[in-house]
Amino acid sequence: MASLDRVKVLVLGDSGVGKSSLVHLLCHNRVLGNPSWTVGCSVDVRVHDYKEGTPEEKTYYTELWDVGGSVGSASSVKSARAVFYNAVNGLILVHDLTNKKSSQNLYRWSLEALNKDSSPSGVIVTNGDYDREQFAENQVPLLVIGTKFDQIPENKRNEVLTRTAFLAEDFNAEEINLDCTNPRYLAAGSSNAVKLSRFFDKVIEKRYFTRDGNQISGFSDRKRFGAGGFKNLHND
Amino acid sequence: MSFLVDSIIMFTSQVLFFGFGWLFFMRQLFKDYEVRQYVVQVVFSVTFAFSCTMFELIIFEILGVLSTTSRYFHWKLNLYVILLVLIFVVPFYIGYFVVSNIRLLQRQKLLFACVVWFTFMYFFWKLGDPFPILSPKHGILSIEQLISRVGVIGVTLMALLSGFGAVNCPYTYMSYFLRNVTDSDILALERRLLQTMDMIVSKKKRIAMTRRMMYQRGEDHNKQTGFWGMIKSVTSTPPGTENNLSLIQQEVDALEELSRQLFLETVELQATKERIEYSKTFQGKYFNFLGYFFSIYCVWKIFMATINIVFDRVGKTDPVTRGIEITVNYLGIQFDVKFWSQHISFILVGIIIVTSIRGLLITLTKFFYAISSSKSSNVIVLVLAQIMGMYFVSSVLLMRMSMPLEYRTIVTEVLGELQFNFYHRWFDVIFLVSALSSILFLYLAHKQAPEKHMTM
Repeated sequence: MASLDRVKVLVLGDSGVGKSSLVHLLCHNRVLGNPSWTVGCSVDVRVHDYKEGTPEEKTYYTELWDVGGSVGSASSVKSARAVFYNAVNGLILVHDLTNKKSSQNLYRWSLEALNKDSSPSGVIVTNGDYDREQFAENQVPLLVIGTKFDQIPENKRNEVLTRTAFLAEDFNAEEINLDCTNPRYLAAGSSNAVKLSRFFDKVIEKRYFTRDGNQISGFSDRKRFGAGGFKNLHND
Repeated sequence: MSFLVDSIIMFTSQVLFFGFGWLFFMRQLFKDYEVRQYVVQVVFSVTFAFSCTMFELIIFEILGVLSTTSRYFHWKLNLYVILLVLIFVVPFYIGYFVVSNIRLLQRQKLLFACVVWFTFMYFFWKLGDPFPILSPKHGILSIEQLISRVGVIGVTLMALLSGFGAVNCPYTYMSYFLRNVTDSDILALERRLLQTMDMIVSKKKRIAMTRRMMYQRGEDHNKQTGFWGMIKSVTSTPPGTENNLSLIQQEVDALEELSRQLFLETVELQATKERIEYSKTFQGKYFNFLGYFFSIYCVWKIFMATINIVFDRVGKTDPVTRGIEITVNYLGIQFDVKFWSQHISFILVGIIIVTSIRGLLITLTKFFYAISSSKSSNVIVLVLAQIMGMYFVSSVLLMRMSMPLEYRTIVTEVLGELQFNFYHRWFDVIFLVSALSSILFLYLAHKQAPEKHMTM
């Protein structure tokens, strides 16, 4: 179980958007019966068939790290959370379709996770404003998931979907809108399942098969390589 | 004519307070949530506005602004409105939103909300029985009945917060109590946390692998037929696998609990480290100095509360008059007592009002951030509005003691003949209990923390 075998994907978002339910659905294909407060970070493992259906099919175990908390937490909580942001291979941003603020907070969440090397305490340096340049040079694959899809009233649906489309475009990411209490949304063969599969394939590809991979190896190296950003540090 | 002018002044100030409450709600309390039910925001701002108006009327009383009759009228009006809000409107909405959150009771929301409200009224009424707060000449439906009960709840809250605040304030300000936390402590703890996460991951991988193999064998098992199929089916799923899995699952649960504890400890250590850094700055040193003063003040207050209870005395004069008495009689300084007493009591009362409003709003905000979630935010804000209303009403009640005699009359007149002495005694008792238990609690928490790190 060497660390070389890990594929680590972070799941971030505001409290109460449904990250724990989502992770449970992705890993066990079952609905989570009793969601409760996530303290710290809860990890789960998803069995993913890379390049399913082709001769190169291989099974990977991807870890989904579901980090709890809110984007406005005290700086001590943010510093404590920063320890989970090491060596991230993929990022899933979760927001609540019925709550606009949770979508807006995604910018701050992504900055917190991806910018951690630019300040030692893990606190966001920018004022949270969206900076397209930072996302242009970003190497970590992103996926935006909107939850509680069933709770949007019919007449508001178009408006909400347009807004989330813009959001996903800003992040240069795919987007999926679903309801975590209904496994039908991720049924095999549906477009959502295809997008999900493509995302995980991309993560695995970046991790194992590309030279421009974005590995930061391990915990102690973070101190050594300081503000080098997350590019071009790879162990082969 | 002057009554009309006075009313316009009062109304304008109320609108201002309402606006302030609205802004506070939007900017501070609900800054991470979306306001979907505007009724909550309105109720909160209304409660805030009418509570502040009461304080404003006290100030006007001292300064002699507005005519006496219009002041009295506005007092009465304000009191009725705020009692109406605190006893009818807010509890009803709390019940309504609690019921909305429970899925089973969605159909008859209004009915259940009314049921909740009646239960609240029953307990509220029963609250008055064990306390000697009413004199027998009050009827059953008089306003004194309601105020006395609201007063009891509010005074209890004030004393609890006051007791805890008096002890906690020096504890947080003074750097003497700060534990020594080094960077290597934090790094060691983080390393442990990551190791625990790694162990959880590897165990979950095993579970996933085993489940997958069982699933695949199960599939193959369905395809096997005939003689060999029967033989294979005997050995395909070893009976021990299920057992094994549940054992690993138990280990995972234990490790997850451990990871949560480690995370919380890391947060604590980071917070302590930040406080140590802060204490080295100029501001930090200033607060440290203040902390020493506050600890003396706190000890004095506890002492006074004990004396009051043991010797069964209630202060008859307010600090302003007593201060003036001392200066005039013992120090022999002569000055215009009437003029100065008015101004000093205005300043004193003003400081008390401002600090109590600010303190309460800060405490409420912290509390709100700590416990609210997207589902319960409406209910919690309304509960906070209720607490705020009761707190402010009781502050007015207790503030009577801090004012010179000539200003007390309006409060006595408006609130009716309550047993004010009882409230002060009750405040002292609860304050003492709260302060002593906070000391005990903080002592235990402080002692326990270094031991936790020794076991590392």
